Amino acid sequence: MNQTHDANPAHEAGSVYDGLLAGEADGHWAFGTSFEDPLAGVDTTVPEGVDPGDLAGYCLMLGDDALVLSHRLTEWCSNAPDLEEDVALANIALDLLGQARLLLARAAAADPAVVPALPDGSPVPPEDALAFFRDEPHFRNVRLVEAPTGDFAATVTRLFLCACWRLALLERLATSRDQVLAAVAAKGVTEVTYHRDYAARWLVTLAQGTEESRRRTSTALASLWPAVDELFGSHGVEPRMAAAGAGVDPATVRADVDAVVDQVLAAAGLERPQVPAMSGVRDRTGRDGLHTEAFGHLLAEMQAVARAHPMGMW
Amino acid sequence: MTTVDDVAPELVESFETTIGHHDRIEPRDWMPEGYRRTLVRQIAQHAHSEIIGMQPEGNWLTRAPSLRRKAILLAKVQDEAGHGLYLYSACETLGVSRQQLTEMLISGAQKYSSIFNYPTPSWADVGTIGWLVDGAAICNQVPLCRTSYGPYGRAMIRICKEESFHQRQGYELLMTMMRGTDEQREMVQESVDRFWWPALMMFGPPDDDSPNTAQSMEWGIKRHTNDELRQRFVDMSVPQAEALGVTLPDPELRWNEERGAHDFGAIDWDEFWTVVKGGGPCNAQRIAHRKRAWDDGAWVREAATAFARRSAS
Ligand SMILES: [Fe+2]
Ligand SMILES: [Fe+2]
Repeated sequence: MNQTHDANPAHEAGSVYDGLLAGEADGHWAFGTSFEDPLAGVDTTVPEGVDPGDLAGYCLMLGDDALVLSHRLTEWCSNAPDLEEDVALANIALDLLGQARLLLARAAAADPAVVPALPDGSPVPPEDALAFFRDEPHFRNVRLVEAPTGDFAATVTRLFLCACWRLALLERLATSRDQVLAAVAAKGVTEVTYHRDYAARWLVTLAQGTEESRRRTSTALASLWPAVDELFGSHGVEPRMAAAGAGVDPATVRADVDAVVDQVLAAAGLERPQVPAMSGVRDRTGRDGLHTEAFGHLLAEMQAVARAHPMGMW
Repeated sequence: MTTVDDVAPELVESFETTIGHHDRIEPRDWMPEGYRRTLVRQIAQHAHSEIIGMQPEGNWLTRAPSLRRKAILLAKVQDEAGHGLYLYSACETLGVSRQQLTEMLISGAQKYSSIFNYPTPSWADVGTIGWLVDGAAICNQVPLCRTSYGPYGRAMIRICKEESFHQRQGYELLMTMMRGTDEQREMVQESVDRFWWPALMMFGPPDDDSPNTAQSMEWGIKRHTNDELRQRFVDMSVPQAEALGVTLPDPELRWNEERGAHDFGAIDWDEFWTVVKGGGPCNAQRIAHRKRAWDDGAWVREAATAFARRSAS
């Protein structure tokens, strides 16, 4: 085949791709897709006075929240009510996936002991070992993000609640003593502000739209509300990270988040649901690795291909 | 309906001069009804292909084996939704709404590219679709950047740029798998074996069986025949397959010195027509999926309309 190869006209000038490959680095491509190592070029030294294990645990919490919520939003792809929503939900899922990758890579760099062991010589990078080879009890996300996707009302309601909360955390984290967390947070604030505004607009639209949309929205709010309390619980690592000037204790953002949520609920003409908070099991909740039944199914699907090929290169 | 007979001769002349000079026809220009109808059919079919095309790869979004690949795939499928949006907009300049077009897709009155009626049972299919399917789409679409209808041509320029990213990302995915384990290499070969022939069919029936081609070329809607484009695609893919280390599943594929092109085996046109006519492995599934998404979203679209009306009053 050697001579034929060189004689191929498409091989020289006149390929149909001519003129298409110009602006190669035009920033079109998804955040976090252009680098093999998402932390390439970033100073990953753990700051003095910050416990590497705490830093890793804390990054897993925020990283897993983003990873799992992104996964649920991804389920909308090709299923959204209209093409604009398909594009918007994919955008938001991509932002969160980008945050997750940086945070998981940060966790692995801070404390390699959190990364599951793989066979010798496995080319699987730490971010993927964490996402695809960790068992359910080692995931630290809150339970709100793992609830099954539900309808569009449930999707925008959850996104709204999560975004209000995450935005409050990221705004404070932008001054973290950990350079990586500070950088991820600074970028994330812009992204999550957009997520919150997108979700809030839809929440008001649906609540004030038709009778059916209003019914669906208040049903969604009532079904998600029990998992909201958990967002503001402190789980050991967080207060210690806050004391070290590197993290945020979620208990301290409750008043601010409540104010924003109440304002949007008022605009939507919705009441705060009067439903009991979802308890943990012997006080263990998502942050402690205690998850809902739906989460096992999510992981089984998400991890299937990666786990079948522990020596795989992707 | 406006026929050439009813209109002022200077309008017809101006249309024909524009076409003759390879200039663009714009929405407010007069155009023959047949030209408009052909364009609506072609642009709509193209738009529907972008949207239905989200499904076979979307099938792997929740199972992507690395976070980087998951991001790339999600960005790609999102691009396809964007392509659908631009093309539906181009179609709207010809007086047909997105809602009407979607209903025609769901009822089967309009078609989409048959390639998407093949299943994606393997993760490697994500790479093969990028390499071969986006690759064939580029061959078909690059000439359309110079198509005679302005809004279509401009949409195509933007789309082709993104398709070239998809093609390279898909090829890079396969290249990475080929550097992995034996099992991964087998996955790639198996996927290429399944998609090679359907990819060749993407250029449509052979020229002697393509009744609309001549008129479309005369109007500058189409710039090359199906067989010309197919040949170009084969010539382009052979060295790429070689660099990748996969075998294209065609024992008759060889370089023909005299023609300066590759000869290749006979395409199974019976299979092609079976799939076009609805008998492919995924025809029913693809339409049912689109119909479910559209029907399930009806209450959201109604709510948005009601809210907008109330806010305006
Ligand atoms: Fe496309
Ligand atoms: Fe594409």
